[in-house]
Amino acid sequence: MNPSHPDDSHPAGAHHDLGGALLGAIDRCEHPRTLYEMRVDAMLMRLTHPSCGAFKVDAMRRAIENYSRLEYEGLPYYDRWIKAVRQLLVEQGILSDSQINERIERIRAARNQQGN
Amino acid sequence: MFTQGTRVKVQDRQISGHCRTPQYLKGKIGEVIEDTGRWRNPELLAYHKPGLPMARLFRVRFRQIDIWGADYPNPIDTLDADLYEHWLEDAEHAVAEGA
Amino acid sequence: MSMHDPSAPHDHDHHDHDHGDHDHADSHAPIEDHDTVTEFHLLEQALRELLIEAGVLSAAEIQQQIELQEAKTPALGAKIVARAWSDDGFRARLLADPKATITDMGIDVSYTPALTVLENGAGVHHVVVCTLCSCYPRMILGIPPAWYKSREYRARVVREPRTVLEEFGVSLPDTTEIRVVDSTADLRYLVIPERPAGTESLNEEALAELISRDAMIGTGLAKRPNAGPSTQ
Repeated sequence: MNPSHPDDSHPAGAHHDLGGALLGAIDRCEHPRTLYEMRVDAMLMRLTHPSCGAFKVDAMRRAIENYSRLEYEGLPYYDRWIKAVRQLLVEQGILSDSQINERIERIRAARNQQGN
Repeated sequence: MFTQGTRVKVQDRQISGHCRTPQYLKGKIGEVIEDTGRWRNPELLAYHKPGLPMARLFRVRFRQIDIWGADYPNPIDTLDADLYEHWLEDAEHAVAEGA
Repeated sequence: MSMHDPSAPHDHDHHDHDHGDHDHADSHAPIEDHDTVTEFHLLEQALRELLIEAGVLSAAEIQQQIELQEAKTPALGAKIVARAWSDDGFRARLLADPKATITDMGIDVSYTPALTVLENGAGVHHVVVCTLCSCYPRMILGIPPAWYKSREYRARVVREPRTVLEEFGVSLPDTTEIRVVDSTADLRYLVIPERPAGTESLNEEALAELISRDAMIGTGLAKRPNAGPSTQ
């Protein structure tokens, strides 16, 4: 009855389902959002907005829940989301992996030329 | 359909996909506080499905001692969560866990 | 506004960004982006460019969304709380239909699926969490602080709320019921902190100064009024 997805690699009660886990001190350090973070957030807000409707926020949560424990615990918050955005854009056939990879390389090359 | 004040038990089952019923509440007994209406089912929305039929969502209140056991230091404390109807069953005659 | 909130976004001047020109957009990026460009920065830029080229999003739309979100700060929530403290009719309407009442104040909460307002006081203290991810009333309070999204907060506040609250500097008597609210679905929660004593003569603007973001999550209390003039 529950739909599954080839992506569903984790057992239930997995690494995102944290209520009650015995963890340590809460780091209350705060920093203002970087431009990167603002852009990731804006992109996912617009893509999940009804006027665009590329995918639902629930799909992004599902994608992130299916990350390995290492990725889930190791990747910074906004990196988790941009990775999920990529996955879902490909899932929905809006962009292709090869298209994305090509563009990343083009951007990297341009940055290298500029000495970044 | 659960009315306000009904005792309900959270089903203790596992699904392989997206789930918004936290593990720490599974098998626990609480009280229905409010019927918040019907919502598209996130378990289906997560897979690009329309999320129909819509699922009724209840705010359920638990005593913390019923969740964590008698070791929880303050019997007065509670916890609310929003849980879908298909994760709840009537527990009017069930014994509360940890009681 | 005098919110002593280190996470409150400061003014970025976005107005001269032209996101249609990729190089131009990069040259406006803060220093940190130049110093530490990661694979994920490249990914974000790639997706942004491709989506704009495909007509799925526009540069203007992304820019507008950034500005819309940056304009959302805890001061909005404080304004709502201050009004609820001052005006019984407003408070009643707020509790009965939070979204409509807040919309009537001119605050856009259309993106919030549903909102519930929780009153602290009369022996009950609410504290909000999303154990499963990071759900938060961002259209009222802005972006949540990193700690709210942390594994440690999500894990511990449901199980040992009193200890966590002590760590946040909040001490409550054993006779106060601490009610943790786990945002497991589409309802978002805003806490109205308990109004401190000695604030009867304060107007809404002065009251708003006492209401911190953490007090509207439940990990803080409203501040007591200062005896002297405001230093802000």
